[in-house]
Amino acid sequence: MLSLAWVVLIPYLGAALVAGVAHLGRLYSAWAAGLTTLASLALLLPEAPATFAGQTLVQRLPWLPQAGLDLAFRLDGLALLFALLILGIGLLIILYARYYLSERDSMGRFYAYLMLFMGAMLGIVLSENVIQLLVFWELTSLASFLLISYWQHRADARNGARMALAVTGAGGLCLLAGFVLLGEIVGSYELSAILAAGEAIRAHPWYAPTLILILLGVFTKSAQFPFHFWLPHAMAAPTPVSAYLHSATMVKAGVFLLARLFPALSGTWEWSHIVGGAGLATLLVGATIALFKHDLKGLLAYSTVSHLGLITTLFGIGTPLAAVAGVFHIINHATFKAGLFMAAGIIDHECGTRDMRRINGLWKYMPYTGTLAMVAAAAMAGVPLVNGFLSKEMFFAEAVSFATQMRFGWLLPLAVTVAGVFAVAYSVRFIHDVFFNGDPVDLPRTPHEPPRWMKVPVEVLVVLCLLVGIFPALTVQPILSVAAGAVLQAPLPAFDLAIWHSFSPALGMSVVALAGGLAVYAGRRPLFALAERSRGRLDAQRLYHALLNGLFALAGGLTRALDAGSLQRLVLLFVLSAIGLGVVGFLGADTPLRGERALLPVDGVSLLAALGLIAAAAAAVLLHRQRLTALIITGAVGLVVSLIFVKFSAPDLALTQLSVEVVTVILLLLALYFLPQTSPAESSRARRARDGLIALVAGGGTAALAWAVLTRPYESIAGFFLERSLPEGGGRNVVNVILVDFRGFDTLGEITVLALAGIGIYAMLERLALPGPTQDAQGRPWNWDAHPAIMASLTRLLLPLALLTAVFILLRGHNLPGGGFIAGLVTAVALIMQYLANGVAWTHARLPANFHPVIGAGLALALATGLASWAFDHPFLTSTFGHVHWPVVGSIELASAMAFDLGVYLVVVGATLLILVHLGLMHGASHSVPSEAERG
Amino acid sequence: MSHLVIAPVLLPLMAAIVLLLLRHLDLRLRRLISVGALLAELVLALTLLVTVSDGEIRVYALGDWPAPYGIVLMADRLSAWLLVTTALLAFFALLHALRGIDATGRHFHVLYQLQLFGLAGAFLTGDLFNLFVFFEVLLLASYGLLLHGGGALRTRAGLHYVVLNLVGSTLFLFAVGALYGVLGTLNMADLARAVAATPADNVGVVRAAGLLLFGVFALKAALLPLHLWLPAAYAHTSAPVAALFAIMTKVGAYSILRIDTLIFGNAAGPLAGLLDPWLLPIGLATLAVGTLGAVAARGLGQQIAYLVVASAGTLVSAFGLANPEGVAAGLYYLPHTTFAAAAAFLLTAAIARRRGELADRLDPGPTLPEKRLVGGLFFVVAVALAGLPPLAGFLGKFLLLRATLGLQALPWVYAVVLGTGLLALIALARSGSLVFYRTQSVTRAAASAPVTVAAELAPVTGLLLLVIGLSLAAGPLYEYTQATATQLMQPDRYIQTVLGGGGR
Repeated sequence: MLSLAWVVLIPYLGAALVAGVAHLGRLYSAWAAGLTTLASLALLLPEAPATFAGQTLVQRLPWLPQAGLDLAFRLDGLALLFALLILGIGLLIILYARYYLSERDSMGRFYAYLMLFMGAMLGIVLSENVIQLLVFWELTSLASFLLISYWQHRADARNGARMALAVTGAGGLCLLAGFVLLGEIVGSYELSAILAAGEAIRAHPWYAPTLILILLGVFTKSAQFPFHFWLPHAMAAPTPVSAYLHSATMVKAGVFLLARLFPALSGTWEWSHIVGGAGLATLLVGATIALFKHDLKGLLAYSTVSHLGLITTLFGIGTPLAAVAGVFHIINHATFKAGLFMAAGIIDHECGTRDMRRINGLWKYMPYTGTLAMVAAAAMAGVPLVNGFLSKEMFFAEAVSFATQMRFGWLLPLAVTVAGVFAVAYSVRFIHDVFFNGDPVDLPRTPHEPPRWMKVPVEVLVVLCLLVGIFPALTVQPILSVAAGAVLQAPLPAFDLAIWHSFSPALGMSVVALAGGLAVYAGRRPLFALAERSRGRLDAQRLYHALLNGLFALAGGLTRALDAGSLQRLVLLFVLSAIGLGVVGFLGADTPLRGERALLPVDGVSLLAALGLIAAAAAAVLLHRQRLTALIITGAVGLVVSLIFVKFSAPDLALTQLSVEVVTVILLLLALYFLPQTSPAESSRARRARDGLIALVAGGGTAALAWAVLTRPYESIAGFFLERSLPEGGGRNVVNVILVDFRGFDTLGEITVLALAGIGIYAMLERLALPGPTQDAQGRPWNWDAHPAIMASLTRLLLPLALLTAVFILLRGHNLPGGGFIAGLVTAVALIMQYLANGVAWTHARLPANFHPVIGAGLALALATGLASWAFDHPFLTSTFGHVHWPVVGSIELASAMAFDLGVYLVVVGATLLILVHLGLMHGASHSVPSEAERG
Repeated sequence: MSHLVIAPVLLPLMAAIVLLLLRHLDLRLRRLISVGALLAELVLALTLLVTVSDGEIRVYALGDWPAPYGIVLMADRLSAWLLVTTALLAFFALLHALRGIDATGRHFHVLYQLQLFGLAGAFLTGDLFNLFVFFEVLLLASYGLLLHGGGALRTRAGLHYVVLNLVGSTLFLFAVGALYGVLGTLNMADLARAVAATPADNVGVVRAAGLLLFGVFALKAALLPLHLWLPAAYAHTSAPVAALFAIMTKVGAYSILRIDTLIFGNAAGPLAGLLDPWLLPIGLATLAVGTLGAVAARGLGQQIAYLVVASAGTLVSAFGLANPEGVAAGLYYLPHTTFAAAAAFLLTAAIARRRGELADRLDPGPTLPEKRLVGGLFFVVAVALAGLPPLAGFLGKFLLLRATLGLQALPWVYAVVLGTGLLALIALARSGSLVFYRTQSVTRAAASAPVTVAAELAPVTGLLLLVIGLSLAAGPLYEYTQATATQLMQPDRYIQTVLGGGGR
């Protein structure tokens, strides 16, 4: 049986149900919400008797057991008390809201959000695992965001919701950290273990940080000073939401946690000072501000802040009796404050305003509501015969007994009496201003009593206030005892719930508070004037906004300073990072730069080539603004590199480098055509000096790395390739065998890259229309003789020869320098020459212009060759070779890798031509040569 | 013999070739091929995941050449985890693309499949140079996809992307060349063996090369200060491409984790833990700066892109804790953050479409058609992105906080991880409030037909269901990532498996 899990889950299912039936009619949502709540209650109540018998019910579902996080639910007295408050007051709110919401408000959305919130709240109070508790804790923040911003067209609702979310969300994150630390101290996240480990927790060196983190969560949620400012702003919510969130639920989550963790964390200097101090400050600040609020809900909001401070102070005092009083006041505050909010909602509903300077003398119009409000306000003030009096008396008594224990202890009774005075004063104001005090001022509508069923929830609550206030032992005693027992996790202290004890200091304080409160209210006018003048002096909310603005300024400044949208910046950062990493890496070990390998002698030709290379590179830098010149010089660099390959006996690489050079130059020429012929000088001298320096360091670093590597003894897997190439790879050209066999998979990847480049550029050019120049810088027409006759004839002659060479290179590649890659480039160059010499139109008429199938076929062939080895139960790309005896020709060696190489050849030809021809076609389009054959 | 290890690499390549050859086929049939191939890829990835769950590392020697001479593919728990993540992500992103974006330019499906080819290859290869090759495939395919559909801003961001990454590729070659020049091998397991046996005179060179390699991967993972290419590129490309790219930074993070545990792992002798001093500070700084970028963002797409940067920071921070718990937490977090970011990009497209000229700019605009549905999805996406309970992002952060217990860096990690969580929450609440609540006019754009809306939002919903699934199945999934972390922390077993008895 997982009844507790269902109690929590049902409201979530209910939220979906409520939203689902919303389109059927306005009342369906309300009924669905009500029935959902009842269903949850019906599952909870059967477990209650065992709880009253003192048992603790724990139910568990595995979730993330490796991290100590299971879904574990716990029902003890405290959980039961809160669950009953949440569900019971929830039911009243559902009934009330049905009449409160207007035709324009979406019922489905309201009740769905309310159900989400109810589920989260139930989750908090029924959690056994504190991490799970935190999950629900954050869910209440999210759900309350939705509820507070319910009237989302209003700026105050949106801002209030965001403020509540930010403050309680921040607290939630602190709480998470605190719980993780707490779990580490205890060795478990489960309350059963935590509550039993109080000694160990308090003795642990992490106690103080853990406590502070947890208290930050508590204080933000329960609106303790200085985090109290979000609560009044949350009043922008519809009144049923305020009545629910700020009486029995959301803000009570914080004090619930104080109660829950009381045995584990309380009883230290830190606890009593931080909790007691924050509570006392909140109590006083809330009570004083409440008196000066002209807004009905604003008064109630600050009164809530003050009462939460009262409860926090009680837990801060830390004695068992104070804890009992704290639990008691939680119950009492929930009942009278929910009633008061609902009464305020009725008044707002009927008058169209909540400004107490305009709402006066309502007694004439709505005496019944007035009576209900008066009882509830009496409870808030702490008048005898109503429940608020009892818990307040206990509070005063605890304050007095605490006073005897400390040097400045007498300050506490004084402070709480002052708070009591203000509580009475604002309660009196709530009643007297609204219901008496002359006549209404300029109300938008004439008030009258609300519909019958809108008053029922208030009646229920007021009756409860009275019953508890008059017959405490008969009504509240059982649930209070079992809840307080669960808080203390120890036998209860003796306490007596009675209206009359004896003449005690507490009674004296009550009398002072009542008399003082009346006096303060009577002398309120000068006080109001004073408050008006000092408004906004000390305002935590302004601090919040300053922080938030600071955050946005910081984030914006930093982001825009970093992210300038400049490519140069990106490359600069990367180069600097590389330099840093390389230098730190190398210097991190005591390693000589130069290795032990003997240097080769330098011969004159090599030296000359090297100097040429350096000169060409330097010239390319110096002349880079003349783009054509720079391109030619860069070509020289490529040529020297091919010569170096020749020197080190790598003819394959030399051939490849040469053909790549040719293709690249054509490609760049085609691209440069669309660009200005010279680059403007954009960098300042200082910038160029900086960049030059960085380039020198980076280049020097690269050279140093190469030097370090090349001067070290070389022992690699290369020997294996030399040995096995012929006997096992079937080819004498080791480079080619590496390309198509040993590392054929790399080649497959690389031809895919080439194919990608081809089709990628094709796709990019498809929609591009670039203007190209029609004349050169001197104003001469760009091409008066586009296709010189001599060149045209020559290239036509050369074509078959070049193609024959390509086939030759391709076929011999496995044994002699050559191979598919080089052959493909040679073929591509030969064909491109036709385009250059004869024009696109002429060539297209003779050569299919569609290269996609060539690329596709090449890739398919390469892939198929690899897959063929699967048929022989060998891994992908396993090669085989054999000798075929042809008549006349003789014995010819055939290797499966040659098919792969043919695939390479096709991709190279296809991709190269695809890119070059389509770039070339853009030229045609750019100066409107008669339309070319269709593309692609 | 079984070809299961290579099948997820070859399948997308084959699909791409077929799609290229049949490019004149009716678009619907091409879509069918693309989706079919992706579903098959998903099946293969899941099969591989189940197969390697027994803890054995599968090695596939290409061309039957023995390691370290030939290229090997290597499937372990980590590779399979990332493959499955990729396949799931790619499936939903593709579904979104099928609604018309694939027809706004040429060869979308070919490029998409080749992107998957590159991703699968990068996750499975056991050879450093082969990894370079797959990085090139990834780069070219992603460049093509990035530009798909065209537009000035997109082309500009694409240019920055490709130039910077080409510089990165060059550095990759420097690093690989230096490693090969000193250690004489390219196979990762063999490199690990050789690194451990590096003579004292070579340590500095190997260190430099290793850190340069880290620099390249950091660029791919968009770590501070190399993260600046990402926001513009991701914010300006099409939604399904941005969604798919949510996995791209993870390729960098994966590569970092791989070389950190295998090549410079605990058995690497004088070079053990080469990357460790870098990962955590850089990870935390990236997380902080990424989140601040999200706070400062002026468009929803840009905001999500910055959160992608932040998530890479979280991942690398988790890996940087250098303990199995941290790695396991990071790996559990990885699919969540990937799916969440992808869902956010796709949803942003749906929002932008409804806002007309305002697109995804964070300014008050008109009331959105279907604002309840779209807003509801945004709420869930925001919860996922901010790492709030009860979704897997929260669990991932919780596991990360747990993994930090007992480490010196605890206050830093807690402050940055939790602080950025709050900033992300504030930023997303502001965006949601601006886009959905603070609407100026009530002039309603024509609401779309319900069928269209359902089809439009199905991929987002699918990704969110995955996120919820990750959260519900946290126990077994975390068990898998724990086992993955344990496996990664035993590089000797890789070396044994790949090289057999004694290597060469």
